[in-house]
This record gives sequence, structure tokens and C-alpha cells, in this order.
Amino acid sequence: MTEPTERRLLTPEEYLQAQNSPEFAELKRRFRRFAFPMTFAFFAWYLLYVLLSTYAPDFMATEVFGNVNLGILLGLAQFVTTFAITHLYVAHANRNTDPIADEMRDRLERHDFASGQTSATGPTSTEGATRA
Amino acid sequence: MRELLAADDTIGEPAVNISIFGAFVLVTLFITFRASRNNKSAADYYAAGRNISGTQNGLAIAGDYLSAASFLGIAGAIAVYGYDGFLYSIGFLVAWLVALLLVAELMRNTARFTMADVLAFRMRERPVRMAAAISTLAVSLFYLLAQMAGAGGLVALLLGVSGDAAEALVVTLVGALMIFYVLVGGMRGTTYVQMIKATLLIAGAFVMTVWVLAEYGFNLSSLLGGAQDLAVEGRDVLAPGAQYGLTETSKLDFVSLGLALVLGTAGLPHVLMRFYTVPTAKDARRSVVWAIWLIGIFYLFSLVIGYGAGALVGPAEILAAPGAVNAAAPLLAFELGGTVLLGIIAGVAFATILAVVAGLTITASASFAHDVYASVIKRGNVPPNGEVRVARITAVVIGAISIGLGILALQAGINIAFLVALAFAVAASANLPTILYTLFWKNFTTQGALWSIYGGLIACIGLIIFSPVVSGAPVNELTGKSTSLIQDVDFSWFPLNNPGLVSIPLSFFLGWLGSRLSKDKPDELKNAELEVRAFTGIGAEKAVQH
Repeated sequence: MTEPTERRLLTPEEYLQAQNSPEFAELKRRFRRFAFPMTFAFFAWYLLYVLLSTYAPDFMATEVFGNVNLGILLGLAQFVTTFAITHLYVAHANRNTDPIADEMRDRLERHDFASGQTSATGPTSTEGATRA
Repeated sequence: MRELLAADDTIGEPAVNISIFGAFVLVTLFITFRASRNNKSAADYYAAGRNISGTQNGLAIAGDYLSAASFLGIAGAIAVYGYDGFLYSIGFLVAWLVALLLVAELMRNTARFTMADVLAFRMRERPVRMAAAISTLAVSLFYLLAQMAGAGGLVALLLGVSGDAAEALVVTLVGALMIFYVLVGGMRGTTYVQMIKATLLIAGAFVMTVWVLAEYGFNLSSLLGGAQDLAVEGRDVLAPGAQYGLTETSKLDFVSLGLALVLGTAGLPHVLMRFYTVPTAKDARRSVVWAIWLIGIFYLFSLVIGYGAGALVGPAEILAAPGAVNAAAPLLAFELGGTVLLGIIAGVAFATILAVVAGLTITASASFAHDVYASVIKRGNVPPNGEVRVARITAVVIGAISIGLGILALQAGINIAFLVALAFAVAASANLPTILYTLFWKNFTTQGALWSIYGGLIACIGLIIFSPVVSGAPVNELTGKSTSLIQDVDFSWFPLNNPGLVSIPLSFFLGWLGSRLSKDKPDELKNAELEVRAFTGIGAEKAVQH
């Protein structure tokens, strides 16, 4: 069990400093700006689909072409939006959140958030604290 | 399916089924043995040394997630009820967005082996770990029950055996194999089994899909028309409502089911545990992306297979077959490709069950050994390898329990997709609210976590006990039996089969209320550490170097 030594690599104060830093606020803001509205959107769209299927079956049975009706098309549209949101999220993370997270992780490993003093409790080596 | 029933008398067909399944078992046993050479530490046993690549893990997630419920249950529900069966696959898929957007990466960065590692991090550790372990075990047992019931039903159909003793023997065999994979191969062996199974399952479904579409000149409209032609009289299988549209209660049940499906996935412990097998959060993201594509494409196949079974076999023959609704996909395979394709699909279905139960068993045993034994009972004072030893013993016990439950569940004859939906309801009620509050709400406290987990769990299981699932469902004229687990008594008062509509909001509410009324102050330092680690990946568990 290597947990205790790994924990001691960074002091609680360093985590607090890092949490209160402007770049961490920006990282969280960018994460939430995408994840929260998008979660709300796909959840609302899914619920709409479920409620239409339940309480408006005649509407869903509207034939669009041949035997293919609106319900089946909207169901397939759920697949399309799921694939699309997956793609959008990965693009957002690669472009907007990963760079900040990577940079902060490097700085944390160098104990940049130790407020002027080197880490008092642990070894200064950060070997193995994380793997990029 | 007159030909199939006639074929039961010949020896050829079960022999084909058994030999294909046997080949799968031999190959996976060999791989499991090879994988076991690297099993040294707890990280090896629980998390495959965190050396699984994102792509491999995506395939393994698909193998873990596409259970017999997905393959047999959804295809059967679409074949018999049409459109209403389609909802299962949509809920199962959309649910992955919750995991991708909110849960996977943050959990990978902060957990070691179990869900409780994260949930207990900034709380009073022992009570929260205990609660998380109990809900993990509850979800896993529900899920195991569904898989074992699926194994039994499948056997009845495919081996031409229908005696209680023979079915029990096969469930025991599946359980024993599962214990063996988990004991010897640990998470690495389980991962390989799941990857092979996912490949076979998706390939098999692809073949059947193309075959069905070819029968209808690759025209979706005529396939749908064919399914409607054979539908149960007066039933529109192309529009919603065939299964759930009958009464106001059944409509609410449909909404409740939909809610449980979409919120359950990100709270399933065996799904969460797969995220810990990759080296970094980015690999966790990559694995979810792969999983979403594989699972989504598979569900598109299952739509075609389901309607194909409805059109080419017909609901009447499916419902009359041993295994009933769950028999749709194997019957379609026989209709299309005769004995050989049926044998292949049967082998794949067995493999499916085996891989899923192995994943469930390792998750449940890890939770017991890591959370209950090492942290709660021994307070962290465990000799090296003591925890893994306990995990192995637990795997045997859980395997034995699930064999017993599986044999009991054989008689029930409930759609296994439906049983799995109950496991999703428990996961969504007991686990997801606490996971989301822990990751995103800094004022969440120990009391909030305990109220949410226990409240969600008790409400969910309690409502199931007093629902028509357990007692009081009307008697089916075809079989002369009620669809309830217990026949001839009625102590039900909760009208819905799926409790999610009540228990999920209740659990969110209890988590909020428990935190508000709590005397504990949230631990700000722990909270800072958890948040910084979750978002930056600093201090995340690293891969084991061999």
C-alpha cells in the first residue's frame, strides 16, 4: 500500500492554494460551462422523447415514409445526438480543459503552489506522483 | 419454430452449441492463465495494473455492459412488443453521456479500486465506506441474478434440456467458470474475457443484422412492415404503447423505467471499476468514447435483430418457445442460418453471460475486501496481500450465492432486460446522487451521503418488494402463472414495476436534506484535495510497471 507516501507529496495547504488559484477557477468554469448545460440538454431531450412515446403515441405513430414513423426516427435521432455530444465533449476537453489541467498538474508536481516554502512534510521529488 | 422443436430430438444441434461454447472457454482459460502471471499486487488484481489502454478498455466496457439483457432481452422485447423494447436500448445508450460528461474522468483521477474510495474521501470514512459497499453488493447481486436467470433460460432453449436438474447443473457450471476466471485471472483476465466476448458479440450481431436486412432488400420499411404483419393481433409494434400504453399506471411505469435506465449506468459499480484499469483520465475518456460507439452500434443492430425476429419468426412462436421472450435472437439465428448460426449465437450468448458475471464478481469481491474488510473491520491494518486473499475468498462466496440465486431465478420467467432495469434503478437511487454530490457540491456531508445511499437503497428495494414484481401481478393466460416472483399471494401496494420515479428523486432530496441538517462542517482541506485531484489528475494512481 503506497497511499501514505503518495498523499504526503503535496500538503493540504498546497491543495487549498491550488483550489483558490485563478487558473483552477478557470478550469472549473470551462468544465462546467460545457458539461452542465449539455447534461441538461441531453437529459431534457431524452425525457421529451420518453414522454412523447408515453403520452403522445398517436403523434409518434405518424408515418414519415413507408412504415417508418416519427417515433422510430426520433429514437434514431437519440443515437445521432449521443454520438454528436460525445464528439463535441472530446473536442471541448482537448481544446479547452486539458491544457489547463496539464499545466496545473506540472506546477503542482514542482510544488509551485507551496506559498513560498518547499514542502515540509514530504520528499521534494515528485517522481511517480502522476503519469501524464 | 416447428423445425427447431423437432431438432431437439436429434443429438447434432446441442453438440454444435456445446462445442462452440467449449472452444470459447478453452481460449479464454488459456488467456486467463497467461494474464495471471503478472498478478502480483492489489493494483494488479483489482485494476489490471492500470495498464489497459483506452481502446482496449472501451472494448472491455462494451463486453461488460452488453449483457445477456442487451442481447437476448432487448431483441426479445422488440420482437414481441416492438417499439417499447426500443426504449431500453436508447436509455442504456444515452446513459453513457452521464458517465462521459460528469463521472468517468473525475472518478479515475481520485479512486484507487472502488467507488467508496471517492465517496468516503472527504467524509467520515468508515460509515460511508460501509454504505457504499452495501449498495455495491446490492446492485451487483441484482445484476448477477438477471444474468444467471438468462443463462438458465438460454440453456433450456439451446441444449434441448428443460429438467430442473439439468438447468441447475448448467448454472453451476457457468458459476464455477466465472469463479475460476476471477480467482486466477483477476481484473486482467476478466478484461481479456470481456474484450473477446465483445468482439464476438458485435461480430455476431453484425452478421445477423446484415442477413435480416438482406432478406428485406436492405429496406427498413419493408422489414418493419414484415414485423407488423406477424404481430400479435391488434398490436401496433411500430408505434409506442404496445407494452406500456395500456393504462395510466403502465405509462408511469414506462417513464420510471426510462429514468432508471438513463441515470443508472454512471452509478453501476462494475462500470465505474473499469475506469480504474487505464493509466490516466484521458484514457478513461477515450475508453468511454469507444464504449459509446460500440454500444450504440450494437443497439442499432439489436433494433434490426428484434424486428427481424418479429418478422421472420413471429411473436407467437417466440412466446411459445422455452425461454419465451428471451428466445427471440436464438430463434432468429436458427431461422436464418440453421444449426450452425444458432450454435454460434448460442456460444456468443453464453460467453456474454460469463464475461458479465466475471466482471460483477470481481467488483463485488473488491468492494467487500477493500472497503469492508480492510477499511471498516481492520481499519487499514492489513498484511501485504491480505486484502487480495480476502477478495479471492469473497469471489468464491459471491459465486456460490449467485449460483444459488440463479437456480432459484430459473423458474421466474421474467424478461431479463427488465431484471437488469431493476439493478439500474438501485444504482441510480443509491449511488448516483452521492457520486454527483461528492464531485460537484462542496457542502455535501457524511450525513447527506449516508441518508442518500441508505435512503435510496431502502426506498428502491422496499418499493420493489411491495410491487407487482414480487407479488400480485395478474396471471398470464398463456402460462397459467403470474409474472411475480411469488405466486398465489398478493402483498403489493406500490403499483409500478420500476421504482426509479420515486426512489431516485427521493435519494437526491435526502442527500440535500441530510447535508443541510448536518452538524458536521464539510472538511475544507479534504474538499480542496479531492477537487484539485479530480480536475487536474495530480496524485492519481499510476500504472504498475512490470
